[in-house]
Amino acid sequence: MEKAKSIFFAVLKYGSLLLGSFAALMPLVVVLFTSMKSRDEMANTSALTPPENWLNFDNYTKAFVDGKMLVGFMNTTFILTISIVGAILLGTMIAYILSRFDFRGKNIIMALFLFAVLIPGVTTQVATFQIINELDLFNTRGAAILLFMGTDIISIYIFIQFINQISNQLDESAMLDGASYITIFTRIIMPLLKPAIATVFIVKGVNIYNDFYIPFLYMPKEGLQVVSTALFKFKGPYGTQWEIISAGIMIVILPTLVVFLSLQKYIYNGFTQGAVK
Amino acid sequence: MSNTLKERGNGGSRFALSFSSLSYKAQRRVIIILFSILPLALLATFSYLPLYRMVYYSFFSWNGFSKNLNFVGLENYMTIFTRPEYFSVFKVSLYYFFATFIQMGLALYFATILTFKIRGKNFFKGVLFFPFLLNGVAIGFIFMYFFRPDGTLDALLHVFGLSEFIQLWLGNPDLINISLAGTSVWRYMGFNFIIFLGVISSIPRDIYEAADIDGANRWHQFRYIIVPSIRRIIELNVILSISGAIAVFEIPYIMTGGANGSKTFVIQTVDTAFKFGKFGLGSAMAVVLLIIVIIVTLLQNKLFKEKGA
Repeated sequence: MEKAKSIFFAVLKYGSLLLGSFAALMPLVVVLFTSMKSRDEMANTSALTPPENWLNFDNYTKAFVDGKMLVGFMNTTFILTISIVGAILLGTMIAYILSRFDFRGKNIIMALFLFAVLIPGVTTQVATFQIINELDLFNTRGAAILLFMGTDIISIYIFIQFINQISNQLDESAMLDGASYITIFTRIIMPLLKPAIATVFIVKGVNIYNDFYIPFLYMPKEGLQVVSTALFKFKGPYGTQWEIISAGIMIVILPTLVVFLSLQKYIYNGFTQGAVK
Repeated sequence: MSNTLKERGNGGSRFALSFSSLSYKAQRRVIIILFSILPLALLATFSYLPLYRMVYYSFFSWNGFSKNLNFVGLENYMTIFTRPEYFSVFKVSLYYFFATFIQMGLALYFATILTFKIRGKNFFKGVLFFPFLLNGVAIGFIFMYFFRPDGTLDALLHVFGLSEFIQLWLGNPDLINISLAGTSVWRYMGFNFIIFLGVISSIPRDIYEAADIDGANRWHQFRYIIVPSIRRIIELNVILSISGAIAVFEIPYIMTGGANGSKTFVIQTVDTAFKFGKFGLGSAMAVVLLIIVIIVTLLQNKLFKEKGA
């Protein structure tokens, strides 16, 4: 009886996990199948049928070349690199002074950053759009870079937590040696912040790679398309050619998959650290 | 030691040299200003200035580029609350709101069973979390294919002999919001899951062992150990899901553009401003959304305070 019960629960447990995995993977696997099918196959086979030729990359070439995905990847890489480096520099700087010094206005600064996350980003674009325009940044990469570069309360919290763990005695002994605060920041604090920087890098990186609305709104010019907006454009001309769209989808997903598989541990930590606060 | 530290750290620039010759008190003053000015400037320009402008525009009738802003007082707000086509979109939020409960239920269930010893743990964890990392446009397209006639869902129903249940998943106004909310569950479940898993695994192992010795079964352990320890996170998520449900944008915008009764409040706001050139009215809608989010957040703080958090 006990044994029957435990078998029943094991079946339930693994059954539900397999079902959950099936639901998570099925939509993706079908898109992978579709991306390798020819026009003929598309017309004559079910969505669930695997492709005849697993090495048919014609759709990929077409999606990559005609969809000008290379431009998208280059723009995304450029924007992502600059804005993350900027965001990390600005974030560690403000976290350093907030955690190491007491000064007037400190609590106000924290409150300002905290309240800012409540403002729903998409809707304020109505007004942000005018500001970007006035700064002559419309249809430039600068628009996205500046909007992504602003640091947020979650990064600041993560940095502050790490800095608080760094013993003040390190600072003090450096000061005995005559080191300036900038030296302390660049030579002592920054190197010890590496794990926190990795966390923020990953979370911000995923967000920027996946962001659609900012480039869509501020950089409509074709030469400025990023990965998201390049893919979004498939909707028009390839409206019914799902094998091409599917190849485009796979091209966009592949970097995410590679990053996920190689940095799994950091990614899990990054998202839990950022959210539990 | 001090010299090398100083030189390498400062890169030998003239500013750094003169900076390090200042007294620590003066250095402090300089560094506080220096290190906060850029982050604060960005915050002011791209968070607070838009906020201020948004409130300002909301009292005007304005097309977004003309020099003429006509003051209309509260007329924009009146429009939102009296014209059904503006206000009724809140109904759509309800679908997403209810979907978050399913999402959190699934996340909690999977997080719980993956806490205990299980084969293939890392595989299941990865697979369940992965969708959350994907590009929003890619997810939108994947599910357009999933729901289209003869797409993935229809083919699956066919295989299981359920062809008679095939519907126009994105064409039927009664179903479209369920399909889209389902997509949203697929996308965000992994996020709740990984957070629940993190909190549950931080419960010390010996508590379960002690419970085992006392003869508690898995359900008791779930009910009396796991649920109390993640109660706060669940509450927080429930409340966040209210503002989340109102602010839904990307999935329906990419998949349907708001057609067939799938328009959310944010799509409506964005269309009003950018498509129909009514920036004043759009701003007023954004202000309404912000006020709702603030009320929800205050409510959440009050609830947490009462519980002694």
